[in-house]
Amino acid sequence: MKAPGTGNAVLAVLARGASIVALLVVWEIAARAQIVSAFLLPSASIVAERMVADAASGDLAGSLGLTLYRAIAGFALAASIGVALGIMIARIGIVRWFFDPLVSIGMPMPKIAFLPVFMLWFGLFDASKILLVAFSAIFPVIIAAWAATDGVDQFLIWSARSAGAGERRLLWEIVLPAALPQIMTGLQVALPISLIVTIVCEMAMGGEGLGGSIMKDMRFADSPGVFAGIVEIALAGAVLVKAMEALRRRLLVWHQEARG
Amino acid sequence: MIQILRTRTPPPRPSPLKGKGEEGASGLNPPPPEHLSKGRGSAGWGVYRRALATLFRYAPLLILALAWEAAPRLGLVSPAALPPLSAVLRAWTSLLLDGDLAVNGASSLVNLVGGLGAGVLVGTAIGILMAWYAPVEIVVNPLIRCLYPMPKTALIPVLILWFGIGAGSKIAAIFIGCLLPVTISAYNGARGVEETLVWSALSAGASRARVLWDIVLPACLPEILAGTRTALGLSFILLVSSEFLIGHTGLGYLISFLGEGGVYDAMFAGVLTVAAFGFLADRLYLAAMRRLLAWRQ
Repeated sequence: MKAPGTGNAVLAVLARGASIVALLVVWEIAARAQIVSAFLLPSASIVAERMVADAASGDLAGSLGLTLYRAIAGFALAASIGVALGIMIARIGIVRWFFDPLVSIGMPMPKIAFLPVFMLWFGLFDASKILLVAFSAIFPVIIAAWAATDGVDQFLIWSARSAGAGERRLLWEIVLPAALPQIMTGLQVALPISLIVTIVCEMAMGGEGLGGSIMKDMRFADSPGVFAGIVEIALAGAVLVKAMEALRRRLLVWHQEARG
Repeated sequence: MIQILRTRTPPPRPSPLKGKGEEGASGLNPPPPEHLSKGRGSAGWGVYRRALATLFRYAPLLILALAWEAAPRLGLVSPAALPPLSAVLRAWTSLLLDGDLAVNGASSLVNLVGGLGAGVLVGTAIGILMAWYAPVEIVVNPLIRCLYPMPKTALIPVLILWFGIGAGSKIAAIFIGCLLPVTISAYNGARGVEETLVWSALSAGASRARVLWDIVLPACLPEILAGTRTALGLSFILLVSSEFLIGHTGLGYLISFLGEGGVYDAMFAGVLTVAAFGFLADRLYLAAMRRLLAWRQ
């Protein structure tokens, strides 16, 4: 099928922006026309005002900081342990034997079901949230690192070995760079999961953050606050995903995908 | 999200030689070793060896189960924090006999099937329309890009405001969560349909609707099914999270209720049940997907 919009790039960009603007306009008109009550759908301008007020009072910075801290700390744990474990599974027989059934069972399990267990073990505060985020995000990282390491070209490894590289240099200078594109893909899957789980934890356990503040606003039937919170979370998610894409481009500058 | 499905089967490696990494990088479902798949000697011997190989493969799970049983019994951890596996299994049996599992499980299943089914149908329709009609693509694609990175669990409070605390808000949460992965995969699949197929069908006099149904839909089925698998995983996350937060039925509710009541052996039984459901659903889905795609080989 024909790829649309190949003709005029500028027009395409305008059209893309336009549909988001159109969505906002439709939202504003629908809310002002009172098609549904203002409680169920506060207008875009009221929500925007609320966001500005949140930002000015410092509430936004506080919640956003807490949420990002939990999500990124959990993600960092998952990334560092997951990559190490994935590489070890691929290269060490006994590790593979032990973790293969655990990973294949753990991957499709809904890890969020363990939330009460983590609350029981690690309490209501940051530790349980961060650890549950890490537990949820680690499986895609392990699988990506494992498949990536398995897929490293054997010629590269043989030539490095025959040139006299030791195991450590082999790992850092051959295996890791060659596996990096696929590992980054796994991390790009894990990052949104981290944010999803952070939000659920904050909603279910309390403890402030963006998820906690939305839940609080809902209990007080403060619907502009709920909508403002959702938009703030959406923006945070978009920024995180973009940052990860930028990191990928930076780390993989040398790779052929950057030239494509 | 879509990418991980591809990462499980690494691209064919340029090396013409068979290397160490050759034996199924997926690792999840490695083919049985050569000497096991070929029936050597009597059939009984082969079955015996296969059973032994299975036992060896799943031994780590057995070790974990034994450690779980032993740790609280030996006093390494408090039985309050980790009830022994046998106590959890006893609690599971009584949950099953009391009908708690059946009632809450049925409620969860209805929400899951409703939300996921609607998400897959609508997502497929939107994705194919986007690939087929340029104006739809121009309007919808930016919205998808803008909404895709948003954690859908954040919508649960609004859905409670809109649909109350019954099944409606849970089904809506699952529907919204499943919609975008399926839409994106259907769009990618439909864009990749071979143009010659479409042209020849059109020139043979088929209507555009017929081409969509008979050519485009089957051709992008693999992508749609892969996207649906992602959606299945997400639907469990949304199901359990919404049941933690909303209402008085469902397995997620059962778990949090038991946890708040301090009945930890039953709580662990509930957690294991949900985890097992998620795992089984994925495996059943994979098996069904293989059957549906058998015509491609």
